[in-house]
Amino acid sequence: MRVMIVKLNVESIRETKWSEYATRFVFGGIVTVLAGLIADRFGPVVGGLFLAFPAIFPAGASLIAEHETDKKEKTGANRTRRGRHAAGVDAGGAAMGCVGLMAFAAVAWRVLPRFALWETLALATVAWTVLAIMVWFIRQRVL
Amino acid sequence: MINELLLRFVIGGAVVSVFAILGSALKPKSFAGLFGAAPSVALATLTLTVMKKGAPYAAIEARSMILGAVAFFLYASLVCYLLMRRKLPVLATTAVSLIVWIGCALGLWVILVG
Repeated sequence: MRVMIVKLNVESIRETKWSEYATRFVFGGIVTVLAGLIADRFGPVVGGLFLAFPAIFPAGASLIAEHETDKKEKTGANRTRRGRHAAGVDAGGAAMGCVGLMAFAAVAWRVLPRFALWETLALATVAWTVLAIMVWFIRQRVL
Repeated sequence: MINELLLRFVIGGAVVSVFAILGSALKPKSFAGLFGAAPSVALATLTLTVMKKGAPYAAIEARSMILGAVAFFLYASLVCYLLMRRKLPVLATTAVSLIVWIGCALGLWVILVG
C-alpha cells in the first residue's frame, strides 16, 4: 500500500509572491460581493448557489501551474506538461474537497436556525475538514 | 450600501486568502487541492447575512449551497479530467468550464427546487 504523508511547508508561503496573494484576495472579495448582490436581487435560494461558485479556482489553478512551470524550467523538465499536471492534481483535490463543502452546507442549513452563528460555522467547518480529509484518505488507499 | 459592499469585499478577500495560504503550505498537491473547495466565500457571506437578515434567511442560502457544491464537484472533476488527459491550457480550461458549473447549479435548482 502506498503511504502519503501530509506535510506543512512554511517555506512555500514565503516563496509565494505578494501579487499572488493579492490576486486571490481580490477574486475572493469580488465573489463575496457578487454572492451578496445576487442574493439581494434574486433571493436566498438562487443566491445560496453562489456560495459554492468556483470563481477563484481559475486564478488559483493558473498560479499553481505557473509555480510548477518555474520550478521545472530550472531543472529543464517539460514545463508546460508539468504545470498542467499540477493544476489537474489540484482540481482532483478540489473535487474531493467538494464532498466536505456539501457537508458544510448541510450542517449550516440544519444548525443555523437553532444555534449561535459562531457555533454553527465552527461545526460546519469541522464537518468540511473531516469529510474532505476522509474522502482524500479513502482515495489514497483505494488508488 | 458602499460601506456594506466594501465590508463584504474585505472580509471575503481575507477569508479566501487565509485558506489559500494554508493550501499553498501543504503537501502533497492533491491534499492541498482540498483547500480549493474550502468554504471561504460561504463563511464570509453567511456571517454577514446572519448579521443583516437573520439566521432563517441564511439557512435558506446554506440549503441552496448544497446544490452549488454538487455543481462544483462536477466542475472540478471535469477540469481534472481535461487537464490530466487532454493538452488544454490551464486558464482557458478552468475559466470556460465555469459554464458547466452554472449549467449544473441552475439545472439542479430547476429540477429540485424551481
